[in-house]
Amino acid sequence: MGVRAAGGPGATAAVELPPPPSPQALRLASFGESPALARIAMLYVQAFDQPLDYPRLIGWLRAILDLDPASQYPLFAAARVYAEVPDPARSRLMLEFIYEQYLADPDRRWPWLAHAALLAKHRLHDLPLARRYAAAIDRHTKAADVPLWARQMEVFILEDMNELEAARILLGGLLASGRISDPDEARFLRHKLEELEGRTRFK
Amino acid sequence: MPTAILARLVLVEARRGGLPWLAAGSLALALLLAAFLSQVALTEARSLQLAVVAALLRACAVFLIAVQVSASVMREVNDKGLELMLSLPLARASHYLGRLAGFGIVAAALALVFALPLLAWASPGAVALWAISLALEGTLVAAAALFFAMTLAQPVPAIAATAGLYLLARSMAAIQAIAAGPLVEPSVANQAARFGVEAVALLLPSLDAVTRTEWLLYGAPDAAAFLAAMAALGVYVVLLAAAGLFDFHRRSA
Repeated sequence: MGVRAAGGPGATAAVELPPPPSPQALRLASFGESPALARIAMLYVQAFDQPLDYPRLIGWLRAILDLDPASQYPLFAAARVYAEVPDPARSRLMLEFIYEQYLADPDRRWPWLAHAALLAKHRLHDLPLARRYAAAIDRHTKAADVPLWARQMEVFILEDMNELEAARILLGGLLASGRISDPDEARFLRHKLEELEGRTRFK
Repeated sequence: MPTAILARLVLVEARRGGLPWLAAGSLALALLLAAFLSQVALTEARSLQLAVVAALLRACAVFLIAVQVSASVMREVNDKGLELMLSLPLARASHYLGRLAGFGIVAAALALVFALPLLAWASPGAVALWAISLALEGTLVAAAALFFAMTLAQPVPAIAATAGLYLLARSMAAIQAIAAGPLVEPSVANQAARFGVEAVALLLPSLDAVTRTEWLLYGAPDAAAFLAAMAALGVYVVLLAAAGLFDFHRRSA
C-alpha cells in the first residue's frame, strides 16, 4: 500500500505515449464491444500530458476512429485539444489528420474540418491551408443539414486572400445554384456579391 | 408438470444463493463507473457512460449465469442430489429441460434488471431489443454451461470451457478479419489457417452480432437483421440442449 501510495495518481503523465495498436488488435481486444473500448481508449490517450509524440498520437486516434467510426470523440480531441497547441508543426499534423478523416465521412465530420479551417486561418495565419479545408467542405459534404456559413467559408477566405475575382465567381455560383433558400441570407450574399463586383472593377 | 417444478427449484436456488445481491452489486458498480466517467470525459459523456455501462452489465450477466449454472450442477453432483433425481420416475428430458428453462428465466430476469438503467441514456425501443437479445444470449450461455458442467463434472473446467466458447464466439469476426487481412501472405500455411478460422466460425454462434451497444448508441437495428440474429441464437440453444440431453441420457443413474 505504501508503494502504491508513493506512486501517486497520474502516473501516465510522466510516461511516454506507447506506440498505437493496430486497428485489428484493438478490435480483437474489444470482444465485440467496439464503442466501449474506443471511448475508454480515448480516456487513456487523453491522460497523457503534452508534449506528445504526434505521429504516435495520430496513430492512436486513427485506430480508435477505426474501431468506432461513428464516434466524434477522437476528432473532437484532435480539433479542440491537440490542434490548439502553440507548436505550429504539431498543429499542422493534427489538422492534416482531421482533413484525412473528414474525407472518409464528410457528412458527419465536416464540423471538425470547419474548425480546422478556422484554426488554420486565425492561429496559423495560413490562408491557403484554410482555403483548402473550406473548399473541401463545400465540395465533399452532401448532407442537407450543413449550414451555409460552412459552405461559404471559402468565399470569405478568398476575400481575405485578396482573391476577389475567385471569391466573386464562387459566390455567384453559390447564388445561382439555388441552394440558398433563406431570403435574408440570399439578400446578404447578393449584397456581398455586389460589393465584390465593385471591388474587382476598381482593382 | 415436473419441468415447471424443476425450473422453479432453479429460481429458488438462485434467489437463496445470493444472485439478486450479485446483480445489485453489478448494477451499483456500473452506475458508479458511469458517474466517474462523466467527470473525465471531454465530450460524448452520455454515450461514453452508456457504452461502458452496457458492456459491463452484459459481461456481468453472462458471468453470473455461467457461474450460477456451473455451481448449481456441481452442488447437485457433490450432494448426490443428481443421483437421487435420476432414480425418480422422471423423464431425463424433463429433468434437463426443466433446469435449462429455469436458467433461461434467470437469464431473462437479469437481462430485464440490467436493461432498466440503460433507459436513462437510450430510447426504450433500442433498450427493449438489447434486453431481448441479452436474455437469449444469457440462455445460450446457460445451455453451454449446463452442457459443460454435466459433461465435465468439475467446476473449473466447466466454467473455463464456457468462457472459452463465449469469448471465442465474441471475437470470431475480428479473428476472421485478421486472417483475411491484405497483409497476410498468400502462402499455403496462411490459406490453411484462414480456412481453419472460417470453419471454426461456422461452428460458433455469431455473438458479435447480438446485444450490440451500437443499437443503444446509434439506433435500433432493422427488424429483419434483429430477427435473424435472434433466430441464430435460438438454433444454438436448441443444439446445445440436444447435445446436453444426448450426454445426459448416456449417464448411468
